Amino acid sequence: MNTSHIRDQFPALKTKVYGKPLVYLDNGATAQKPIKVLDVLTEMNRSLNGNVHRAVHYLSIQSTERYHRARESIRNFINASSENEIVFTAGTTGSLNLLAYSFGQTYIKPGDRVVITETEHHSNIVPWQMMCKRTGALLEVWEVDESGALDPKKLEKIFDSSGPVPKLLSLPHISNVLGLINPLEEIITIAHYYGVPVAVDGAQGIVHKKVDVQALDVDFYAFSGHKLYGPTGTGVLYGKEKFLEEMVPWQGGGDMIESVSLKKGTTYAQLPLKFEAGTANYIGVAGLGAAVEFMQELNTEALEAYEAEITKKALQELSTIEGCIVYGQPGTYYGQNYEKTPLFSMAIDGAHPSDIAQLLDRMGIAVRSGMLCAEPLLERYGQTALLRASFALYNTVEELEFFMEALKKALCMLR
Amino acid sequence: MTIKEKQEKVIEEFSFLEDWMDKYEHLIELGKTLQSLPENAKTEDNLIQGCQSRVWLDARLEGGKLIFSADSDALITKGIISLLVYVYSGHTPQEIVEADMTFIEKIGLKEHLSPTRANGLLSMIRQIRMYAVVANTQKA
Repeated sequence: MNTSHIRDQFPALKTKVYGKPLVYLDNGATAQKPIKVLDVLTEMNRSLNGNVHRAVHYLSIQSTERYHRARESIRNFINASSENEIVFTAGTTGSLNLLAYSFGQTYIKPGDRVVITETEHHSNIVPWQMMCKRTGALLEVWEVDESGALDPKKLEKIFDSSGPVPKLLSLPHISNVLGLINPLEEIITIAHYYGVPVAVDGAQGIVHKKVDVQALDVDFYAFSGHKLYGPTGTGVLYGKEKFLEEMVPWQGGGDMIESVSLKKGTTYAQLPLKFEAGTANYIGVAGLGAAVEFMQELNTEALEAYEAEITKKALQELSTIEGCIVYGQPGTYYGQNYEKTPLFSMAIDGAHPSDIAQLLDRMGIAVRSGMLCAEPLLERYGQTALLRASFALYNTVEELEFFMEALKKALCMLR
Repeated sequence: MTIKEKQEKVIEEFSFLEDWMDKYEHLIELGKTLQSLPENAKTEDNLIQGCQSRVWLDARLEGGKLIFSADSDALITKGIISLLVYVYSGHTPQEIVEADMTFIEKIGLKEHLSPTRANGLLSMIRQIRMYAVVANTQKA
């Protein structure tokens, strides 16, 4: 793959940090933006800023049109059957909060059960804990095994155990710690067999894997714009229309109403606006539309092959470092193939992640250290912090090599 | 030595370390030489939880002076801790309350005290001061 052609489209990669070239390996946290996205944001802010759905003037019409076009682009990108199934939010966290609230208020009664996994990002834990507290439901946890794989038998055991069949299963497409692609198709098939709808935290998944919500038959899929080379403060909740239609709105305000009366009460707008209260981040959304178009113009197969090459090489190199454990090794577990994306969370004997990250920072390398917003999973592994290097489509093999050299240098100073 | 004299000594020491590498190497060295807290002093009460690293701070009053001992699981953090312990430990609560708490910034480590670092250091400095304020009030 021609990475230099891709790199040219990301101006942020030319940034110098402490006078050194930036090596950006914190893509799991947020990705840099291509010119195509930046141009849309600039153009709209400079000359096409009018509030959507509000007015008959030129600017409002222009921005409304772009807002709708972005929704169509995203519908097409994940192959949803209708634009009514695409709700814009502030990000994955916003999407999951919306879902937990509205799904909870609509379908959950005291004593009901909802299932999440042990591998969740805090954003797919806390909204459900809050929902359970509100409704009196129970939160069940599908435990992960040492390898990072999910045993379907354990899930069936939860489904089979006494008490009502769970109302929902929510799990990540790719854990932000493990980088393993969960076998969604198999898991969704099992859940649906028991009549349990499935929600997926796709914050990491949508970036590395082509997502077809109809082929997956997934009931909800949440993702962020900013990890997908789009603007911060944008996100999507995909939901099957039959659920969204029944679900009560989350937030109230402008745009989500049909009619407001102080005497007769309020009626809500049709989908998807029912879930989009207040002035939308329409400029961000237009930027997200551009990001999705950028992704669609890429050769997906070449990209996946390139990511696989980086992953293989990185795992190989990291295995030569003494006392280094990389969590989430690819392999076949429970008859399913767990592919790994180029995201490496590691613990290294005798060197604290925060120390390593600070030394790497001074060499121009951006990595993440700490609990990675996944305290329960770290606890499962007996860790209080990990070091994470996460690669994107614009990272090069040379950057990987530089990272390895820098890592060895840092370890030399610390151990 | 007074707190002020100790601070000046540290500031002078660091003024010779221009390169970030030297500075970090020095901190790592300080971190490695600071005596670790015994495991039984690493209690929940003494723990200052940060997302990045964890810090333990133990304080006791001996002959009217506050004695601090501290530890961290991260070396660079531990290096900075060793500076704080060196400067503030062994002084009366009154002296600590009146002391300048910003000398870490003067040796070019300001970013280590940023709340976004979440390494427990900022809380540790506040905690040192808190111990001094409390001990001072109890005395009065």
